[in-house]
Amino acid sequence: MTSLFTKVSPEPTTDAGVRRITVSINGNQHTVDVEPRLLLAHLIRQGLDLTGTHTGCDTTHCGACTVLFDGTPVKSCTMFAVQAEGHEITTVEGLATASELHPIQESFKDEHGLQCGFCTPGMMLTAKALLDENPDPTEDEVRWALSGNLCRCTGYQNIVKSVLAAAARLRSQGATDEEEGETS
Amino acid sequence: MYPPRFKYEAPDTVEQAIELLRQGQGEAKVLAGGQSLVPMMKLRFAAPEMLIDINNIPGLAYHGADPDGTYRIGALCRHVDLEKAEDLAEQQPTMAAAAPLIADPIVRTRGTLVGSVCHADPQGDWASVMSSLGGSIVAQGPNGRRSILVADFVAGPFQNVLRPDELAIEAVVPAPVGTRAGSYLKLERRVGDYATVGVAVSLEFSGNEVARAGIGLTSVGASTINAGEAAQELVGDDLNAGAIERAADLAAQASRPRTDHRGSEAYKRHIVATFVTRILSNLRLTIQEVA
Repeated sequence: MTSLFTKVSPEPTTDAGVRRITVSINGNQHTVDVEPRLLLAHLIRQGLDLTGTHTGCDTTHCGACTVLFDGTPVKSCTMFAVQAEGHEITTVEGLATASELHPIQESFKDEHGLQCGFCTPGMMLTAKALLDENPDPTEDEVRWALSGNLCRCTGYQNIVKSVLAAAARLRSQGATDEEEGETS
Repeated sequence: MYPPRFKYEAPDTVEQAIELLRQGQGEAKVLAGGQSLVPMMKLRFAAPEMLIDINNIPGLAYHGADPDGTYRIGALCRHVDLEKAEDLAEQQPTMAAAAPLIADPIVRTRGTLVGSVCHADPQGDWASVMSSLGGSIVAQGPNGRRSILVADFVAGPFQNVLRPDELAIEAVVPAPVGTRAGSYLKLERRVGDYATVGVAVSLEFSGNEVARAGIGLTSVGASTINAGEAAQELVGDDLNAGAIERAADLAAQASRPRTDHRGSEAYKRHIVATFVTRILSNLRLTIQEVA
């Protein structure tokens, strides 16, 4: 899937300061023309209509705009879209498949890990990066990893519970996959 | 929020970056982690005409010790690289204590130590850590490299002494003259906040005797403070209670805090003395346990 956006800046310009970049978002290649000052968050939201990525504080504090940049969580309001050229971005839309929620999403649902939901995409992506690296974190490690993501509903207890539940779910899935692999 | 327009360049080599800096004639800024620069541009506190993104330059993400013990941190070494370096606590205890306290975990995936020192925010943690270690910044320009002590590199709030055509290539901590010990303590109102007060203490021991000492103070003055006099009070002694008390007093005197929403001047000065005492007393206990 290739798409080309030329009017992704709110202030379209006729000057030559526009660059063509190719970015992979959730496995889809997008070729877009962007002004260098376009933030990654705005390319994702306004340029590519992936509105699951939220901009909260817009000042690098809250983590609502967190996306995975080559698997590492970054605040997409604090990077320029041009910097994503040639890199793999994962947004919250990349977690679920058409038929199934991601185990992290299932766990946030089961454990009431969201209230208003605004911080949730960032929370889940930060949690994904944590669990990819550390499948069996302690509660303290979860709290530490999430300390760059703010929840203004202050629903932290259930967010931490959700991440721990997701870790258990992913571990048991991994164990089942292994067993199935052995018997087949 | 949108920053003002700028020309974007992403060179592949250090030489190209320096040539672009030369062309920029002081109106170009280097983009490494961008975790301070991008917010400042969005708030329009900074409006460079050109951004030189060095993230595509290979070979700048290193950190580690030379065979002689000199420790080097490349311009693209992220805070998280240091936070996760398992040998750092042994090799650079002050840096190991500071790394997990920089901003928040997501900022640490992008931000860099060298960028933080260059940014020269009086509230930045790395400049005082590097200052306590007697560290330097290596700047490369069209005519080669020069090394600048961090204590001289930071010229004031948000000011460094880099020339317009110089790129900060790496931070360097000189080889120790003895066994390293040290720590960093930071008082913050919440995770990710700037320091209300930060104190870096770096010592090198020859036996029980302090052979070299450095104390750097964060957020208690118009720029990073090197409390050299306080540190000197510890050298040549065995870290006894009297020396610790004198160093804590002198460090508090060297601080120049201002009353603001994070606390009063007297409170911050008190915290400086408390942190110096706490770090040194803990080190003293560790040494006594080892002996």
